[in-house]
Amino acid sequence: MIKKIVLSVFAIALMVACSKSDDSGSGSQSDGFDRQAMLTNWADNIIIPAFQDLNSKLLTLKTDKDTFLATPNLTNLDVLRASWLEAYKTWQYVEMFDIGKAEELNYADQMNIYPTSVTLIQNNITTGEYDLSNPNLNAAVGFPAVDYMLYGLANNNTDILTTYNNAANAQYLSDLVDQMQSLTAIVLNDWTTGYRNVFVNSTANTATSSTNKLTNDFIYYYEKGLRANKFGIPAGVFSTTTFNDKVEAFYNKEVSKVLSQEALKAVQNFFVGISYNTSVNGDSFSSYLNYLNTIKNGEDLNELINNQFNIAEGKIQQLDNNFSQQVETDNTKMLQTYDELQKAVVLLKVDMVQAMNISVDFIDADGD
Amino acid sequence: MTIKIKTYLNKTTNAAPLAVFRICFGLMMCFSLIRFWYHGWIEKLYIQPKFHFKYYGFEWIKSLGDYNYLLFFFCGIAALFVALGFKYKIAIIAFFLSFTYIELIDKTTYLNHYYFISVLSFLMIFLPANARFSVDNILRKKSYQNIPNWTIDSIKLLLSIVYIYAGIAKINSDWLLKAMPLKIWLPSKYDLPIIGSNIMQQDWFHFAMSWSGMLYDLTIPFLLLYKRTRVFAFVLVVIFHVFTRVLFSIGMFPYIMIVATLIFFDASVHEKIIVIIKRVIKPFRRKIKAFQTIETYKYSNRKLLIPIVAVFFAFQILFPFRYLFYKNELFWTEEGYRLSWRVMLMEKAGLATFKVVNSKTGSYFYVQNSDFLSAFQEKQMSFQPDFILEYAHFLGDHFTAQGHENVQVFVDSYVALNGRLSKQYVDPTVDLYQEKESFKPKDWILPFKDDIKGF
Repeated sequence: MIKKIVLSVFAIALMVACSKSDDSGSGSQSDGFDRQAMLTNWADNIIIPAFQDLNSKLLTLKTDKDTFLATPNLTNLDVLRASWLEAYKTWQYVEMFDIGKAEELNYADQMNIYPTSVTLIQNNITTGEYDLSNPNLNAAVGFPAVDYMLYGLANNNTDILTTYNNAANAQYLSDLVDQMQSLTAIVLNDWTTGYRNVFVNSTANTATSSTNKLTNDFIYYYEKGLRANKFGIPAGVFSTTTFNDKVEAFYNKEVSKVLSQEALKAVQNFFVGISYNTSVNGDSFSSYLNYLNTIKNGEDLNELINNQFNIAEGKIQQLDNNFSQQVETDNTKMLQTYDELQKAVVLLKVDMVQAMNISVDFIDADGD
Repeated sequence: MTIKIKTYLNKTTNAAPLAVFRICFGLMMCFSLIRFWYHGWIEKLYIQPKFHFKYYGFEWIKSLGDYNYLLFFFCGIAALFVALGFKYKIAIIAFFLSFTYIELIDKTTYLNHYYFISVLSFLMIFLPANARFSVDNILRKKSYQNIPNWTIDSIKLLLSIVYIYAGIAKINSDWLLKAMPLKIWLPSKYDLPIIGSNIMQQDWFHFAMSWSGMLYDLTIPFLLLYKRTRVFAFVLVVIFHVFTRVLFSIGMFPYIMIVATLIFFDASVHEKIIVIIKRVIKPFRRKIKAFQTIETYKYSNRKLLIPIVAVFFAFQILFPFRYLFYKNELFWTEEGYRLSWRVMLMEKAGLATFKVVNSKTGSYFYVQNSDFLSAFQEKQMSFQPDFILEYAHFLGDHFTAQGHENVQVFVDSYVALNGRLSKQYVDPTVDLYQEKESFKPKDWILPFKDDIKGF
């Protein structure tokens, strides 16, 4: 008797559960979101084109550097500085892709650690003995080191030109630029010769799969590379004082804002899935969130995140071109920008990661 | 009534099920500890972190540093001795103490099934699991055919509590009416073969799983108890736990539960299992001199034991309901959430940014959590209020020791629960350095502003 009751309760309950499905299951959502399409869009339309562009801009930088070193005059210096800035802007589109060869080589650390160390650079120039790929020299290489070499070696342009009469200075600048280009070429080459397929085909939901790794990289970059390095640290958010010398492109003094705007644009474009150099949209976090929201009937996270990026961009627009100056004269604006950027961290790190249920670590955990 | 209880307590039954249970339990625990070691988790969870989150009242439990390996080794050996029934009483006490010590080192690693193992091994201290088919039989030249019936029933009761309480906890509006958090978890299993990209994405499937999960937990003990549904129930147990194993990274738990439910089967089944084990170990066995088989195992200190076991179960039955003393939403504040068999019940994530302020000058700075916590600790800390408070005190002490003056610690924290948009969690104007941990409600947690109906 008991058995019959229990069994029939169980059966009825199962039927209730299933009939519920008939009411709410639309039947139209029969297929899952195609993660491979997203990975393909990321690789083919965003990541690889950005690396190609960076590589070609670094090749230009290399040519202009050779021209300048052959004939160190103001005209050539200006050309060289302009191509440095172009390459630096493009760099903002690749720093977040710390995956594959880039991760293996600690590429980002060799390209954009700032503040650069004048002591290390001068020491390298004096001794002439250095291995630029040595991790101990990360603060003496890459874009920030070139920034120093082009703007910081002396107080005015005439004196800067004079410093290049010293062959050791010329050699160091040359080595820096060559190193940046060759590293980039290695990373790009890896993407185009094999890694692209590995990346696109790693569609599982494990801590080491492409989507999970790149999602973590993306958020880490946004939090550290963009929010903290470009704004938080100079504004003294993590310390008791401000640091006007810890801004990006400190020696140039005019472009930290431009670089940060490019960086935020790169982040937003990647989030939305906009192809590099065109305005075509492909699958991305944005479309993934839209897909999940149709399952969840939840908040439109995609819209919230985009709005927050736009608000932060609005704050950046109000800043001085020279962040060093901004920190000294009116740090409040810097802090306000930081706060708006931080709000997006919450949306990305808490809400987006939860919606996508990204595995971040491999430990037994039952979610409670 | 008392007569009924007395007759019940005097009832005896075949000792085989408990012997088989002991062997399975010991072997699984031993394997489980080896697995933990093999994955490098001793290093990662107990040695590397600079700081450990402590259970309230157990702050005195310290990580042993590199000696944690020794602790695990000791615990593993104890488990093996339990399996063999070799010096059983000492072995199970040693296992309970060392296993529980490991769990108490850091509550970041809290899992319901670790708690279950601590509780179960405590209970097993009082059970004659070495009465049959054990090395102790050989040593004492004595074996027992029967044991008190209640000893086996107590394990059944503990398992039933775990299932039924887990089932009751699922009777809530998020689980049944929104299919949360399965609606978040299942679609992310898109990479499962065959079912991943279709069934796992379906709305009806999320509901079906939620409802059948709840019904499964509530009914399975009864289906197992009743002889005619037992085999069917066991098939369900296997299907259910294998399914959860495929879906979630919950380690050994599914296997432990599958094996544990064997206790519900009749002695004849366990006699067969013993015969099989005997056959397997036969080639390694030397001839053992025949020893005396005594009809019934008798407790020498029953007067002491029965009350202990009774208090133990009273605690197990009442303690999970302690949340009733707190008026705020249980899932949000987690006051009374842990140690109450709320298994795989919610998806919660958070972000907590700590601000260290000099109360005199007003100057402040933010803390980079990664300077002090492992990624796993940071993740768990960010949405559990007792972690947040403990960490705030750690930071306050740390920066005071570093020479900072008039230290106040504030937290800017956001938490998302079961697919709801993240909301501010802790009152950002409260100096957590001044707040003390206690069983009192934490009034610095901001209100949930939503309603989850149910238990």
